[in-house]
Amino acid sequence: MNGRRVLAGVAGLVFAFLYAPILWLALVSFNESRSLSRITGFSARWYAELFEDDRVLESLGLTLRLAGASALISTVIGTLAAFGLRRAFPGRGLWTVLLSLPLVVPEVVLGVALLGFCVKLAGIPLGFGALLAAHVAFSLSFVVVVVRARVAGMDARLEEAAADLGAGPLVAFRTVTLPLVAPAVAAGAAFAFLLSFDDVVTSSYLTGVGSTTLPVFVYAQASKRGVSPEIVALSTLMVAVSATLLIAGVVIASRRARASTFVGAIRDQ
Amino acid sequence: MTDQPGSAEPEFHPAEEPTPDTFAPVEVGLYGVTKRFADQTAVDDITLRVHEGEFFSVLGPSGCGKTTLLRMVAGFEHPDAGRIELDGVDMVGVPPYRRDVNTVFQSYALFPHMSVWDNVAYGVKRKGIRGDALKKTVGEHLELVRLSPFAKRRPAQLSGGQQQRVAIARALAAGPQLLLLDEPLGALDAVLRKELQIELMRIQREVGTTFLYVTHDQEEALVLSHRIAVMNAGKLEQVGYPEDVYERPATRFVAGFIGTSNILDAEVSGVDGRWVELSAPGVTRLRAPLNGGVRHGQRVAATVRPEKVHLYDQAGEPPSGWCVFNGTVRDVVYTGVSTQYVVDVPGGGELVAFVQNTRRIDDAGAPGQPVRMAWDPDFTVLLEKAE
Repeated sequence: MNGRRVLAGVAGLVFAFLYAPILWLALVSFNESRSLSRITGFSARWYAELFEDDRVLESLGLTLRLAGASALISTVIGTLAAFGLRRAFPGRGLWTVLLSLPLVVPEVVLGVALLGFCVKLAGIPLGFGALLAAHVAFSLSFVVVVVRARVAGMDARLEEAAADLGAGPLVAFRTVTLPLVAPAVAAGAAFAFLLSFDDVVTSSYLTGVGSTTLPVFVYAQASKRGVSPEIVALSTLMVAVSATLLIAGVVIASRRARASTFVGAIRDQ
Repeated sequence: MTDQPGSAEPEFHPAEEPTPDTFAPVEVGLYGVTKRFADQTAVDDITLRVHEGEFFSVLGPSGCGKTTLLRMVAGFEHPDAGRIELDGVDMVGVPPYRRDVNTVFQSYALFPHMSVWDNVAYGVKRKGIRGDALKKTVGEHLELVRLSPFAKRRPAQLSGGQQQRVAIARALAAGPQLLLLDEPLGALDAVLRKELQIELMRIQREVGTTFLYVTHDQEEALVLSHRIAVMNAGKLEQVGYPEDVYERPATRFVAGFIGTSNILDAEVSGVDGRWVELSAPGVTRLRAPLNGGVRHGQRVAATVRPEKVHLYDQAGEPPSGWCVFNGTVRDVVYTGVSTQYVVDVPGGGELVAFVQNTRRIDDAGAPGQPVRMAWDPDFTVLLEKAE
């Protein structure tokens, strides 16, 4: 009789458990005083201080460049791989598994492996280059999985129809195939950006002198000096960026035949 | 089919391929086309000519290879043997986008991310036509399928029948020499099918493009086509005008697949002028027009369409020279236009007669009543005996 109400209550508790800490974080970031437990008034001063801190701005710049480059590279390679895996060739199953394996390799292990590989074997100096290689390595699998699902679900007759109507392979790809998989490619890119933007574990191994990513900076500050209002404000910002990207990714990915503006832009004419 | 030796005894093939004189030059020529997939031969040594402006149907049950045949003409599949000529030019090895052929797919395959207008414009643009000429062509073809008010919609916002019409407009707008249609009405309900059949005939007559139409629906093929090729298990059974294929089926398969047929196992008992006399259990008289050579005692199959069969009571006398069977009515099914009688024939077997309801109903025979069935022997068709 009261089953629905009980269910709603439980669901409410679960969401409270999930979101209360984050809401608290956001609330405290606008607190006037340094206190993390007592709200004394509204102020944006911690955000202002944040943007005057050179270390923060430098980290932010590095993190954004890194996430952007990593998303771009892994999206291009991942999309090509997803199309490659569409054709039948010997060992396709094995390649598919190999491409998704990094999704389940513990990050700590991946970090150690990449550190060893970059420093000892490949001679890549720690810092941007090593970070980029690492981020592409773990984002790639994700892009492949997302794009492949879309490619596999596409009606092969559509490409036949394009060819039938006189479109050569390149034109057919540009006007039919790409617009149809574009939502998945965009979602893959958004998620790849997010993975890089949020990463702490792998990045902490590969960060060089003067090239600390934002999550690693937050982690280092919090563990050394405890949770300060500046760190809270920075964390809130990161949550906002991540959530925005995640929502954008989900919205784009769930758009099916409906053309997004993105699709419209790359469609011929 | 005369150019398909070995599948049947040639003397029982009265339906020659009609001479192409009534039609313009050959548009599509298939010569010995064969296609094998891993475990089976989908298309087996098919030779076929379709003439310019013709509405030509390939009719057969699902899995008979008709779609594979169509896909080879479109260029999506490549024959393992044989030649496919379009307008006299060998097409083997030419990719689909360089063939002057367009396809209406069974699943429509409309581009979901484009409007109706953009779908129809797609093939036109690929020919390098832009601006006013593009607008004119697209507009005309939307007009042709009566979808002008829907130009801005997406395919998903249209009904199945409307989507099919977009597919037809899109394929025709590209200006093909030859339009391929792969069971285009297969996904539609019966009422809509009828409507679109008429629409298709109108469109074909209006644009004059050669149509190569694949279907498993015999009635559709009879209604729409100038000529029909009946296909079974990868091979051609018969090619002819709808009347030929219906009235003079060349094989047992054609007789059974198109419409309803009475098929009687019989033996040749003699030749009388232009008639072959046949004997069969329960028969009073059975004869068929002589066509080619037969020998005494040869086992054959004779077929007659149920609507040719007349029913008489015991006292009634059929015209002299007609084929006559005596039997007992088993079932009477009233179907509105006609009444269907199933008559048991002594010595096994049954004959079906469709009698037009032009008389008062109580005149008809009732189950259990003895009747005579008779028909003009010109309607008896001899088939090869399938052993």
